[in-house]
Amino acid sequence: MPESKSKRRATAPATSMLQLRYLAHARSGDKGDTANVGLVALEPEYYPLLVKEVTLSRVKRHFKGMVKGVERFELPNLKALNFLLHGALDGGGTISLKTDAQGKVYSTALLRMEIPVPVALARKLTPRG
Amino acid sequence: MTAKIVRVAAGQGFWGDWLEAPVRQVRGGPIDYLMMDYLAEVTMSIMQKQKSRDPRYGYARDFVPLMERILPDIAAKGIRVTSNAGGVNPRACAEAVRESARKLGLSGRVKIGLVSGDDILPRLDELMGRGHELRDLDTGRPLTDVRDKVLSANAYLGMAPMVEALRRGAQVVITGRVTDTGLTLGPLFHEFGWDVNDWDKVAAGTVAGHIIECGAQSSGGNLLKGWRQVKGLENPGFPIVEASADGSFVVTKHPHTGGVVSVASVTEQLVYEMGDPHTYITPDGVADFTTIQLKQAGKNRVRVSGIRGREKTDKLKVSIAYFYGYKAVGTLVYSWPEAYDKAKAADRILRARLKDLGLEFEQILTEFVGVDATHGPLAGPADPEAPEVQLRVGVRSKDKAAVERFTREIAPLVLTGPPSVTGFAGGRPEVQEVVAYWPALIDRTEIEPFVQVEVLDA
Repeated sequence: MPESKSKRRATAPATSMLQLRYLAHARSGDKGDTANVGLVALEPEYYPLLVKEVTLSRVKRHFKGMVKGVERFELPNLKALNFLLHGALDGGGTISLKTDAQGKVYSTALLRMEIPVPVALARKLTPRG
Repeated sequence: MTAKIVRVAAGQGFWGDWLEAPVRQVRGGPIDYLMMDYLAEVTMSIMQKQKSRDPRYGYARDFVPLMERILPDIAAKGIRVTSNAGGVNPRACAEAVRESARKLGLSGRVKIGLVSGDDILPRLDELMGRGHELRDLDTGRPLTDVRDKVLSANAYLGMAPMVEALRRGAQVVITGRVTDTGLTLGPLFHEFGWDVNDWDKVAAGTVAGHIIECGAQSSGGNLLKGWRQVKGLENPGFPIVEASADGSFVVTKHPHTGGVVSVASVTEQLVYEMGDPHTYITPDGVADFTTIQLKQAGKNRVRVSGIRGREKTDKLKVSIAYFYGYKAVGTLVYSWPEAYDKAKAADRILRARLKDLGLEFEQILTEFVGVDATHGPLAGPADPEAPEVQLRVGVRSKDKAAVERFTREIAPLVLTGPPSVTGFAGGRPEVQEVVAYWPALIDRTEIEPFVQVEVLDA
């Protein structure tokens, strides 16, 4: 139904892609060969956007080739999502040869991800919109 | 009458944390307890090694001079200390602190509690002989696979022996592998007389312990949100929990200290090392982190409430360390122009030489610091104008000779490889022993009857 599709596109609010660094802060740590990333909304009103757009499949795609599996948990009370990135640390702990063997800055790698947000919000949050 | 408040202050977040923190915690304002966490996953194996060389060692030795500095203060103010600095030799640690107390003229004024029974290394064969396989929680392999390489084995104890030591009047309680959170839970249960089967109280104390167990990481240190606005980290205020009998508490820090206690700073610590947030398992109970409510309750004050918990499990976690092999990491710095290309060329040459020498490695890992070391392919293409790039190559092997030879292949690249190279003044990389971690579970009933609490008079 190409017609209705184009109609829907016409009425949908305009969005643009925005890096998570403008919407969330984050901290990560390790358990064995698993890194976790806690992603926390910078303002409570951004949390629904994170829940909707930072999906399990998007995070899996983001870390493709870097991790072996992803789990996702929601913490509405803390306006946070928690991701477990399995097999992310090259063996982990003392075995790993990586600079970031304990996954301390995996959090910032997730903040690189881009999600679609309303254009007005993107304009407000980035220096040049 | 005002409601009772118990203040538990964090003094150390890990073995190697800021040495001034505990001193400033006891002198900077009122506190009732000072908790100091020293043990990370493989710390016990380092301590076990030290003990095997000298039976007087095997604990966090900087704890003793630290206690010497603060003992007069804590004796005068009645502050009590809980710490797992005892490592694999809590008795030697307790005796050393007792010696310090005597030297300071505090004989008869300070009682020292000693908790042991977590060390199951001497019992390992007996336990395995009776069918405990101690399978690796991550890989499922039975411990028999690495039994001959095991260096340390400790069960994580909960708060019960800590509570008993406090009840018997210990002012400084020194333990082995008591959980980080148990060091805070113990004081709270002792002070408020909570029922150990009140799972919401266990969960509340667990969350309080988790928030302060990494020291300043919950009070402005390592805080990403608004990091430029975090002032005064020259003198970071370590976190303090002000707990109430209903299980709610306020996280704060002493006046006239730097850092910040905010909903953001506490939240970042709460999500640190988080697994399934519904199920944070400790020896004392299970906390549900999705029930935690945070509210800014004044400057540098965050109120924490609403925490729910569930019954403890019938297992205890066991932390086992075993000898794995050897590793080394070598680095060189290449400068503009074309720094990244030069570093890549050096890596190719190095790898070809290692291959030519017939050296076998389990893994060779190359990272380019300034390009991809922390974000991998997500960092995008390298900047061709980068002023410098560090080549960082790591190897790991069971064969010590191979790793040693690798360490001699870095410096030669300076005169036999790509140009514009520097940063080798540190000399040959060091060959490091790899001690690996093996987490397992064991029935609580195998451990708890062996736990001992003693109280020594200084």
